[in-house]
Amino acid sequence: MNILHFWRALWGIVGRELRRFVTQRERFISALVRPLIWLFVFAAGFRAALGLAITPPYQTYILYEVYITPGLIGMIQLFNGMQSSLSMVYDREMGSMRSLLVSPLPRWFLLVSKLLAGTFVSILQVYVFLAIAWAYKIHAPWQGYLWIVPALILSGLMLGALGLLLSSFIKQLENFAGVMNFVIFPMFFLSTALYPLWKLKESSLLLYQLAKYNPFSQAVELIRFALYGQFNQEALLYTLTSFIVFITAAIIGYNPSKGMMVKKGGG
Amino acid sequence: MNTNAALTVSDVSFSYGAKKALDHVGFEIPPGHCTMLLGPNGAGKSTLFSLITRLYDTPNGQIELCGYDIKKRTTRALANLGIVFQQTTLDLDLTVMQNLRYHAALHGMSRKVAAQRIHEELERLDMFERRFEKVRQLNGGHRRRVEIARALLHKPALLLLDEPTVGLDVPSRTSIVDYVHSLARTGHIAVLWASHLIDEIYPDDRLIVLHKGKIRAAGSVDEILQSTGTAMVKDAFFRLTQGD
Repeated sequence: MNILHFWRALWGIVGRELRRFVTQRERFISALVRPLIWLFVFAAGFRAALGLAITPPYQTYILYEVYITPGLIGMIQLFNGMQSSLSMVYDREMGSMRSLLVSPLPRWFLLVSKLLAGTFVSILQVYVFLAIAWAYKIHAPWQGYLWIVPALILSGLMLGALGLLLSSFIKQLENFAGVMNFVIFPMFFLSTALYPLWKLKESSLLLYQLAKYNPFSQAVELIRFALYGQFNQEALLYTLTSFIVFITAAIIGYNPSKGMMVKKGGG
Repeated sequence: MNTNAALTVSDVSFSYGAKKALDHVGFEIPPGHCTMLLGPNGAGKSTLFSLITRLYDTPNGQIELCGYDIKKRTTRALANLGIVFQQTTLDLDLTVMQNLRYHAALHGMSRKVAAQRIHEELERLDMFERRFEKVRQLNGGHRRRVEIARALLHKPALLLLDEPTVGLDVPSRTSIVDYVHSLARTGHIAVLWASHLIDEIYPDDRLIVLHKGKIRAAGSVDEILQSTGTAMVKDAFFRLTQGD
C-alpha cells in the first residue's frame, strides 16, 4: 500500500458520491427546495418582525434575507451531513457499507474519505443556492464567494463527522426519525442561523448560552464572516475542535474492537 | 498446520452477549479447492464471515489470511480477499462499469490496469456487453455475476461467498456454481462458500459442517461420508446437524 493507493481510493469514493448525487435528481432538488422556502417565504414574512442592528461582519443595516443566507448555507450542510449518515445506516442495513469496510485501507481513512465526499456534495449544493440567492439580489462581495470555500470545507466536515458519529450509534433506519427531532431541529433552531445571539439573550439567557456553545452556531458564524471576506478566529477554532472530537469518536465507534459495531451485530 | 493455506482459522470463539455464536472453531482453506461451509440457519456462518472480513473483532482465537493476521495486519490480509456477500452490495444507480471502477479504486488500481482487469473479468462472465447498463436494469443472476467479477478484480488468493445463489433461478444458479468451481481448479484460488444447498457441492469439494457454533465435521466429501456412515451428503448433513 502506498500514497497512490490512498489517492486513488479517495477519488474513487468522492467520484462515487458525486455520481450518486447527480443521478439522484430528487435528492438534489429537495436539498435546494428546503433552504429556498426559508429564504423566499419565511424570511419575507419575518422581515418586518425582526429588526437587526449593525453587527459584524455587516457594516450597514441589512435585510433579514441577507442575515439568514449564511444560516441557510449551514442548514444545507447540516441536512447533507445527516443525509450522509442516514445513507450510511441504510448502506449498513442493505450491506453496501460492508464492501467499503472490507477494503484494504485503514478504517479511519475510509471514513474520512466518505466525509470529504459528502462535503464536496454539500459545497456543490451551496453554490447552486448562492447563485439563486444572487438572482434574488442577495449579494456578497465577490471575494466572499472564494473565501467561503475553506469555511464550507471545515463546517461540512464537522457536520458530516457528527452525522457519522450518530450513524455509528443508530442500529436501524427507523431510529433515524429521532435524529431529526433530537439533533437536527434543536441544532438549527438553537443557533445563530435565524437570529443573532443578542436577540436570543434578550429573551432567555439559557437559550443564549445554548446557542453560543452550539457547534452549528459557530459553523454558521464561520461561514457568515467568510462570505463577507472576514476571518472569525473563535468560530474557526470552535468548529475545528468540534470536528476533531466528532471524527475521533466516530472512528472509535466504527472500530471493530472498540466501537459499537459488535454490540449492534451490524457491519 | 499447512503454511500454504489461504485462510487459517484457529480456535475462534465469539459471543453476542451471553449467546455463544462460535465455539472454538478452527480449520484451514487450501488453494485450488472449493470448500463448502454447510450449516443450517443460525449455525454461525455469517458471524464467521464477519470475523474473517474484520467487520467484527476477533476477541478469542486467531484468523490468518495468506499468513497475515487479520487483527494485526488488517490491510495486508484484506488485500488478499475477494468477497460476495449474501445481500447485493452493488450500487443500483450506477452502471456495471462505475461499480467495478469504484472497487478497483479502493484496491489502488490505476485506470489502465482497472480497465484491463474489468474487461477480462466481465468477458469471462459474459457481461462485457452490458458494462454500461445500470445495475438496477440487471436481473438477479446478472447482478451476482457482476459481484463475482468485482470480487476477482484484484486477483485475490481467497474468495468468500456467503450464500450467493439465494433467490436465483436454476440456470443462473448452475452457471455460477460451475463457474466458481472451475475458477478454484484452474485459477488455483481458495474458495470458501457458505451454503445450505446440498446440490451445490461437487464430489471433489471439501466440506466444513458448522452447527450451533461448533464444527461437526471437516474434510473431503468421501471422508465425511465415511465418518458418518452415509452414502449421500444430505444424509451426512442431516446426521451431523441432528440433536444437540
